[in-house]
Amino acid sequence: MLTAAEVERIARLARLDLTEDEAIRYAGQLSAVLDYAAELEGVDVDGILPTASVLPIRSVMRAGDAPGAPLPRVSVLANAPLSDGASFEVPATLGDGEPAD
Amino acid sequence: MATANRLTDMPFDLPALTVRAAREGMRAHAFTSVELTRAFLDRISALNPRLNAFLTVDAEAALVQAASADARMAAGEDTPLLGVPMALKDVLVTRGLRTTAGSRILENYVPVWEGTAVARLRAAGAVFLGKTNTDEFAMGSSTENSGYGVTRNPWDETRVPGGSSGGSAAAVAAGLCCAALGTDTGGSVRLPAAFCGVTGLKNSYGRVSRYGLIAYGSSLDSIGILAHDALDAAIVNGVIAGWDAQDSTSMNVEVPDYAGATGAISGEHPLAGLRIGVPKEYFIAGIQPEVERAVRAGIARIEALGATIVEVSLPNTALGLPVYYLIATAEASANLARFDGVKYGLRVPSDDLVTMYRQTRGAGFGPEVKRRIMLGTYALSAGYYDAYYIRAQKVRTLIKRDFEQAFAEVDLIACPITPTTAFKIGERADDPLQMYLADVFTINMNLSGTCGISIPCGLDADRLPIGLQLMGPAFGEAAVLRAAAAFQRDTEYHTQRP
Repeated sequence: MLTAAEVERIARLARLDLTEDEAIRYAGQLSAVLDYAAELEGVDVDGILPTASVLPIRSVMRAGDAPGAPLPRVSVLANAPLSDGASFEVPATLGDGEPAD
Repeated sequence: MATANRLTDMPFDLPALTVRAAREGMRAHAFTSVELTRAFLDRISALNPRLNAFLTVDAEAALVQAASADARMAAGEDTPLLGVPMALKDVLVTRGLRTTAGSRILENYVPVWEGTAVARLRAAGAVFLGKTNTDEFAMGSSTENSGYGVTRNPWDETRVPGGSSGGSAAAVAAGLCCAALGTDTGGSVRLPAAFCGVTGLKNSYGRVSRYGLIAYGSSLDSIGILAHDALDAAIVNGVIAGWDAQDSTSMNVEVPDYAGATGAISGEHPLAGLRIGVPKEYFIAGIQPEVERAVRAGIARIEALGATIVEVSLPNTALGLPVYYLIATAEASANLARFDGVKYGLRVPSDDLVTMYRQTRGAGFGPEVKRRIMLGTYALSAGYYDAYYIRAQKVRTLIKRDFEQAFAEVDLIACPITPTTAFKIGERADDPLQMYLADVFTINMNLSGTCGISIPCGLDADRLPIGLQLMGPAFGEAAVLRAAAAFQRDTEYHTQRP
């Protein structure tokens, strides 16, 4: 069973603000799903390679992969919650903020 | 009663109007695309307040598109989707038309660009009536996780339509559009198709470009079709399928003539020579007896059409659910990092950047999305990555092999879509794990990259639709569609409406 403190740690990693009630509820629900996922522990996967994609493709450089016309700046900024018309505005990224995990 | 009068005056029956019938009517000048579009918009106005199938309807834009289609017809163009009113699941990005992904975090998002499948439909002259309801970011099996309220099943409004493409399925079932696009990451086209009694095509991974599909699980997501029958699904798929430079996982595999393969069915035994496997792992304890009976009767019908039925085994079937809920959530936790209040969507202001991120996401995401982001974050976090994520990817390899081995022996696989018919709204809402079990028969197709279809095969005692699933190997859509069309030529389940 995950503790509320563990749920809070995961929420911090995921950049999610949780209420105390949410943290308690999610502790139980996430534990139930993780217990269910524990079924996989019994599967013999010795020598089995992981599948990240079902496609038989490798990353290669594409021929003729030329950049197209970009969106105009005004379109890129059209949905910005806060903008000075030239860029996205955000709170200071350096300084006293919470350090990265 | 203007609505009723208009409907009876017009030479079309909206609840049963296939893409083909719409085209035939326009070709014969029985009605124009503008008239047809107006009729659908009237019907949406009348029924959507109850069903909540559409989140956004842009009547003005739809009528402009319809008028443009009429002009193209007047100039002599005759193409399969020209002037045909359709609906789009709201996880598909549409230029100038609000796109919410069923989430409050995108409540006011109006895209400045458009996804490839939508752009191809637009170029083909389809008319977009609006955007349909979905579980938030397509995470769910009932549409109860939508930030904008549940969609009601047109067959019984106290029940869910299935999810996550529940709005699209309900819209087709209720006659609010000729056909609709949906998306399928773990069963999200096929499950609602089954619950709403319509036909739902799930494409192979890489068959249709994902450019402009708001990503949930990028190695699993696919765009599919909700339609009245397999022939219509084939017509729409012929337009949206194919390689796209904007999606490096779309495959440069020839697009067959789906409509040709599906339409040219004749004779008493059109499926002669086809080997169809029935996996014993898909008839489990707990399956609703009427579902098993209807699916087995459907398989017998397919045999009567000339196919050879053999038992096959997909031994790792039961492992699909835990694998899916680790891999899909891990991918979701990365994909949904982009919703941070910077470039679009909701922002909860703060003087501190990380606090802004956390409060924006805490306020903007609903409970299921938070659960899945946290589950995925946990599965990818230091100390758990190998035990959960890598192990799940290895078991995914075993599941993929199951299908490769089965498809070495058979052409298609037939089985149920879901263990039960549509459940009551609220019945499973408090128990996420119980909700996840609705996907037990559908998720392995996404894990293995194969394709399939859900077709109606009967009703239960409560008059709720039952779905039969036909699965094919990767890029086997033509064979899947053809078998479904042969079944539908011989049966009338797909013509039953609420």
